[in-house]
Amino acid sequence: MSSARLDLKRLRKSFGHTHVLADINLSVQPGEFVSILGPSGAGKSTILQLLTGAIAPDGGQMLLDDQPLTPAQHRFAFMPQGDALMPWRRIIGNTTLGLEVQGLGRQAARARVIPLFEEFGLAGFENHYPAQLSGGMRQRAALLRTVVQQRPMLLLDEPFGALDALTRAQMQRWLADMWTRHRWTVLLITHDVREAVLLSDRIYVLSARPACVAHHFQVPLDHPRHSVGSPELAALEARILQTLLNPED
Amino acid sequence: MSITAPSRLFARFIRHAGPAIASVSTLILTWETYVQLWGISPTALPAPTRIIVQGYEQREALACHTIATFQATTFGFASSLIVAFLFSILIDFFRQLRRALFPVFIITQTLPLVAIAPLIVLWFGFGLTPKIVLVALVTFFPMLVALTQGYEATDRNISALLASMGASRWRIFVMARLPSALPYFFAGLRISITYAVVGAIFAEYAGAARGLGIYILNAKNNFRPDLVLAAVFVSATLTLLLFGATVFLQRAAMPWARLTEARP
Ligand SMILES: Nc1ncnc2c1ncn2[C@@H]1O[C@H](COP(=O)(O)OP(=O)(O)OP(=O)(O)O)[C@@H](O)[C@H]1O
Ligand SMILES: [Mg+2]
Repeated sequence: MSSARLDLKRLRKSFGHTHVLADINLSVQPGEFVSILGPSGAGKSTILQLLTGAIAPDGGQMLLDDQPLTPAQHRFAFMPQGDALMPWRRIIGNTTLGLEVQGLGRQAARARVIPLFEEFGLAGFENHYPAQLSGGMRQRAALLRTVVQQRPMLLLDEPFGALDALTRAQMQRWLADMWTRHRWTVLLITHDVREAVLLSDRIYVLSARPACVAHHFQVPLDHPRHSVGSPELAALEARILQTLLNPED
Repeated sequence: MSITAPSRLFARFIRHAGPAIASVSTLILTWETYVQLWGISPTALPAPTRIIVQGYEQREALACHTIATFQATTFGFASSLIVAFLFSILIDFFRQLRRALFPVFIITQTLPLVAIAPLIVLWFGFGLTPKIVLVALVTFFPMLVALTQGYEATDRNISALLASMGASRWRIFVMARLPSALPYFFAGLRISITYAVVGAIFAEYAGAARGLGIYILNAKNNFRPDLVLAAVFVSATLTLLLFGATVFLQRAAMPWARLTEARP
């Protein structure tokens, strides 16, 4: 019945005596932008670890295009918390990393990535090292490395968490534009309610550990949403913040 | 390159090396003055000028012995590096090996060189082999520790990223763990290269056909402290040159490392 790209059912995970995920049910449709919000330590990154196959679930189902996920499939383009750029590789080498691992030759990988540098605001920085870039540029490079892998779905773990407020706001707008153009299927993890509201079609709010889905919000507005001050967005933002601050309600 | 480059380089050299040059020359000047004014016997404490003159007269013998020591140091150190590298990979892939091997390696580090050097000469003769063995013995473990520590310092996010892309364990090792270990490797290299020279001289002192160690022993037995000190000076220079070579190598191998401080 489901035509979901990703479908998680009754997903459970403990580390020893720490019950991290109690009961996670969520789905992502093709071309949909879905965010997961939740308190720190709730197990948001753990969900992505399960998806990438780094760890195995204790129970539940993970379906990608109606097929069960196995650890040997590498169907997701994953952007870890922090940019995870390799300091010893130039930006061009960092962005081609996924393609190289897929077995593409260096030249072919570069040919695929180079045309995207302009759109990602990195033109002219191909041969710089990550240490020479600003925080925002590093995140864009990490995003470029992620999307160029051409996987069915992107997993982004707090991509802008480490940025200052202004740069973060700029990056959110930029990502909103990019997404409107490309319509990737995205699962985004974030702490930032405004970020979730600005970017997502739907938002899942997790409870504290052991985590389950406490609330689920639709964002019924057109993309891209630049007007942070719009009353609908502000109202939704306030409601989500309320559920995060008062989990009992 | 602009025309001013050489003079700028020179200015940078003075800024970096100036204090060291000043302190060393002060030391030598004080030493010279002391020996001259108090009329110290050259068989007790020779003046720096005497060391230089006598050392210069003996330059051919000194050069010949220095080459022998240099060979022992580089061969011994190179073989130690290769073996340490191979073991570090094995230990990284088979964690149990670490617990099995590290105690043995630590024991080799507790052996007193004074006792072990003559034994190694006894077993391997007066040629190059015992020197290589001794140099390897003193440098192997520090290099192994540096490498294994370096692998552990890999950013876990980077490993997770590569794994998510479908990289094999070996691929992750080559693409992430090995480059992450480079700073640790070079720190180990800088320390070990100085041990290596000392190790080679120690082996020669215990018995060798050629080498600075045996030269020092002979000079001492002939009551020639000036030649002992000349050989010491040469070995110190050799160590410094090798040390400088590792610094140079590190800069060439890790061009990104300097960017972290000097961001344009
Ligand atoms: N490999 C592991 N072994 C043991 N415990 C783990 C492991 N990975 C995560 N945990 C624990 O699981 C819990 C959830 O971690 P997770 O990283 O998923 O949280 P998070 O929601 O992403 O938090 P943050 O927002 O701070 O990134 C934490 O208490 C953490 O200590
Ligand atoms: Mg996290």
